[in-house]
Amino acid sequence: MTNIEKYIQSFTAAFDIEAEQCEGLEYQGIETWDSVGHMGLIAELEDVFDIMMDTDDIIDFSSFEKGKEILGKYDVEF
Amino acid sequence: MIDYNQILNIPPYSYRKKEKEDFLTAILGELTKHHYQKSPLYKRMMDTLNFNPEAVIKSYQNIPFLPVSLFKELDLKSINDDEIFKTMTSSGTTGQAVSKIYLDKETASHQQKTLVKIVSNFTGSSRMPMLIIDCSSVIKNRAMFSARGAGILGFSIFGANKTYALDDDMNLNLEVIEAFLEKHQGKPIFVFGFTFMIWQHFYKELKKQNIRIDLSQGILIHGGGWKKLKNEAVSPQAFKECLNDVCGITKVHDYYGMVEQTGCIYMECEEGHLHASIFSDIITRRPIDFTPCDIGETGIIEVVSILPKSYPGHILLTEDEGVILGEDDCPCGRLGKYFGIHGRLKNAEIRGCSDTYESQK
Repeated sequence: MTNIEKYIQSFTAAFDIEAEQCEGLEYQGIETWDSVGHMGLIAELEDVFDIMMDTDDIIDFSSFEKGKEILGKYDVEF
Repeated sequence: MIDYNQILNIPPYSYRKKEKEDFLTAILGELTKHHYQKSPLYKRMMDTLNFNPEAVIKSYQNIPFLPVSLFKELDLKSINDDEIFKTMTSSGTTGQAVSKIYLDKETASHQQKTLVKIVSNFTGSSRMPMLIIDCSSVIKNRAMFSARGAGILGFSIFGANKTYALDDDMNLNLEVIEAFLEKHQGKPIFVFGFTFMIWQHFYKELKKQNIRIDLSQGILIHGGGWKKLKNEAVSPQAFKECLNDVCGITKVHDYYGMVEQTGCIYMECEEGHLHASIFSDIITRRPIDFTPCDIGETGIIEVVSILPKSYPGHILLTEDEGVILGEDDCPCGRLGKYFGIHGRLKNAEIRGCSDTYESQK
């Protein structure tokens, strides 16, 4: 699986949505991406990419797009 | 307009008395105006007290407080219903009303950010494997959080590989705990829970079953109050010693906070003192006339916080009694007031995180 596929799959698993819904998605933009869902998403991503994110990055992780940029810091390239 | 993004970047224990007072007076004055305009109930109360938010406010100490119990009786909010993002509820025993705190996205997000700034001052910014001394079912209803659920969730950001130490019947899940500890052997571990739950379902069980686990690398943060433990005559010192006895933990920090001012918690430092960050403050007041107490004089605790924007909870009189021990001179090096809590006021309504639990049993 490519990184983008893994990335999308983390979103669909964490928020119970379809892959097509991921693009443009923002924190608090859908019901399931609330603070509980957010920590679920972070756990998924850390698991799939085998990384440990800093608290500041978890807070800054505000959208589907922004998340890609943040994961770049952990050498996850898209 | 209050620039929260800028404010939240200020180190949390960096202001001395005068600087902090000016800072809080400016922001709390703004917030008072905001709530006066947005909440008709708040406006009516200020009008009744003859308080004019537009007049020059000399000190935030002069802005009227609301009794914290008011959030049980009234729906106090400064946002429209369609802006409500989350409703948090306080604890309360059966038959008692619970506080309802209405949050919009902005206030909810500031709460989380503030909590991170305060707690990472004690834990450092890197995350640790997290052991939660509670059961996972407390965060089930996502739109409606109890104080317990909100606490666990708020602190989750400091943890990775979150593991719940108790099952849904509040029994110790030893198998899970042991697997967790084995996996993270030798690493610092973040342990979080509510004071009473830790005592009742963790310490007592380990003691009873005569099991010793190794949390010598752990840092425990706990809150929720001492009321129930006072009944069992457990002092904060005894709590630490007993826990050390069953799991070898040495870093133990209590915190004081309430759902009405989530985010702004008061952490216990290495010296055993609770500290006010620059994002909030406490004032102790004399019960006879509500004038501020001197340092060392016991009084009723008023809490102020710069975060509540979606509801008028920025200045509240609690039902707790405590004493300010000093300001700007704690040996731990953190600036600001430091204090101790004596407990609930006599005759005040019984309330506290662990009491929520009682209602479920």
